Amino acid sequence: MSNFPSNEKALGMYKKMYQIRKYEESIYYLFLEGIMPGTIHQSTGEEASAVGMLYDLRKDDWMASTHRPAGHDIAKGISVKAMMCEMFGKAEGCCGGKGGAMHTGDISVGVIPANAIVGGNLPIAAGVGLAFKMQKKDNVVVCFFGDGASNEGSYHETMNAAGIWKLPVVYVCENNMYSANTSISLTCCQKNVAADRAAVYGIPSEVVDGNDVLAVNEAAARAIARARAGEGPTIIEVKTYRHGGHSRNDACGYRPKDEEKLWIQGRDPVKNFRKVILEHNVISEEELEKVEAGIEQEIEEAVEYAKNALLPSYESALKNVYWEG
Amino acid sequence: MAIMSIADAYKSAIREEMRRDPSVYCIGEDEDIPGGMGGAFTVTKGLGDEFGANVRVALESGGFAFKGTENIGDDRVINTPISEILISGVCVGSAMAGMRPVADLQYGDFLFCMMDQLVNQAAKMCYMSDGKVHVPMVMRAPCGATNRGAQHAQSLESYFIHVPGLKVICPSTPYDAKGMMKQAIRDENPVLVFEHKLLYGGKRKEAGQLSATGEVPEEDYTIPFGQAAIRREGKDITIVANMLMWYKAMQAAEELEKENISCEIIDPRTLVPFDYDTVTKSLKKTGKLMIVHEDTYTGGWGAQLASWVAENAITLLDAPVVRVATPDTPIPFCPTLESYVIPSQQRIAEAARKLAKL
Repeated sequence: MSNFPSNEKALGMYKKMYQIRKYEESIYYLFLEGIMPGTIHQSTGEEASAVGMLYDLRKDDWMASTHRPAGHDIAKGISVKAMMCEMFGKAEGCCGGKGGAMHTGDISVGVIPANAIVGGNLPIAAGVGLAFKMQKKDNVVVCFFGDGASNEGSYHETMNAAGIWKLPVVYVCENNMYSANTSISLTCCQKNVAADRAAVYGIPSEVVDGNDVLAVNEAAARAIARARAGEGPTIIEVKTYRHGGHSRNDACGYRPKDEEKLWIQGRDPVKNFRKVILEHNVISEEELEKVEAGIEQEIEEAVEYAKNALLPSYESALKNVYWEG
Repeated sequence: MAIMSIADAYKSAIREEMRRDPSVYCIGEDEDIPGGMGGAFTVTKGLGDEFGANVRVALESGGFAFKGTENIGDDRVINTPISEILISGVCVGSAMAGMRPVADLQYGDFLFCMMDQLVNQAAKMCYMSDGKVHVPMVMRAPCGATNRGAQHAQSLESYFIHVPGLKVICPSTPYDAKGMMKQAIRDENPVLVFEHKLLYGGKRKEAGQLSATGEVPEEDYTIPFGQAAIRREGKDITIVANMLMWYKAMQAAEELEKENISCEIIDPRTLVPFDYDTVTKSLKKTGKLMIVHEDTYTGGWGAQLASWVAENAITLLDAPVVRVATPDTPIPFCPTLESYVIPSQQRIAEAARKLAKL
């Protein structure tokens, strides 16, 4: 903790993490109630990765997410209200209700529509990076993917080119150890699925404790600076864990209980960072509880708003198949 | 007016668009390597001289250096690894970020290596975001059977007419090639351009190629999508055929004219959007519809046209619709067998004779 951030930044990061945690919890309960349509791939437990990577990104930098996008989206700047409306399929959702949980995005804050094809976002992020280079912009792209995506052909085609072309992309492997139900040890002989395979593409890599937001943030700063300076891509592999299942009906029967206990209770990124900021006297506990209550209230209001918001018109189902300007 | 081949008409369109709009760039395998072909069919050869390319250059001191890799964005002709997912994904991402990529597939058959990026990504981004992002990109897919065996032979346009969000065009004259390529580059959506290998007329000679050189205006022009071209007027049978097939239908029509069978030949030019009106108007005159495509029979674009006519214009028909297509087989290598399965002038003429008698 040699470089402990300013109080303002530490609190800012905590607030985002707490917001993501509470957002995902409320989504979970709305599903249990049976009032939210669709499916969910929740990022609970992976908040430090999202916030650490994206906290210092500029608004005009871009981010490409996966089927598990909510934490990334909120960290990059999509409002909880626009997210919640999208989850309910409402017109005011960030995609007009036509994207859904796995395609949330808002390009006005640099969020490419999230990608539900594993590995599908990797070459797209390379293309955005190429565009930034051609346009002589110093913007960067942060592209998240899971451990499973590192076994897709798109991963290898993309990393090969990103390495040759020195694209301004930070590729972030959120290694939560399971490709849906399957342990990554069954599908890859490397311990670090992305980082150990980075060198062959000439791309520097780092392995980071993905549940330590400060460690992630420091790695992010290095990678973003490299990309912005034209020095090319970095692969950051963050070791993390999802608290819930792969998707809504997954009870995680394939994960050892002691492993779950270790990660969920011992390595909870939100609870641990709360302790850290209190130890560093960033804020008093009393004040922090007020901040947390404010975030919870904001999410409750977003849920109420989204429940009552208008559905899209039927006509909108036929719109923007081709761009309408 | 200049006289040029289709290959040169495409090149001319791409060059002029690159001069007009700095966001237009070319990308593909062997796109423009000195001493190479310029794609597989010469269309992009030489563009690197004007717009820069990542290439190997000889040093005065002897030996070689490589330019344009780390500073890839300085050049607007990009030679890629053999990585179709990469090429297509880069097109999608760069298009969303304000560029206008024109990608060369070398062979349309390689489209299958990039299906996710085309169908799940390019075609759906605008819709999924409700118009917040859009993907103006051009995919150039050489097609048609040319003695290369089953994996370098297919006519794939019908696969893609089934994908909402993609536009599908198949120019087949130098005039159309230039005007429609410009239109494709200026379009705000992903456009697949099918280019028939036997019509290019480039420096790379192909067995069985047709001479399709023709006049191309000097001035800037575009051809809107969704407008068929009537290649020949007639009163007895309407033949709707694209690319190489309308040329063969023209030859058949000359033969049939001597037998007092008058064929009207319509080249749809674009499959998405499709100009049903021109077909309907023709059917009012002829009452008989024949569809010819090099694509295989089942589920080809002819099936869509036939069912559209059945739904919307069946009362105009005096006889069943006839489809002449490649049978449902892969394309065989043996040139004799290839000629046997691809619709020929004779097969078209024979089918038309039968239809004329009904």
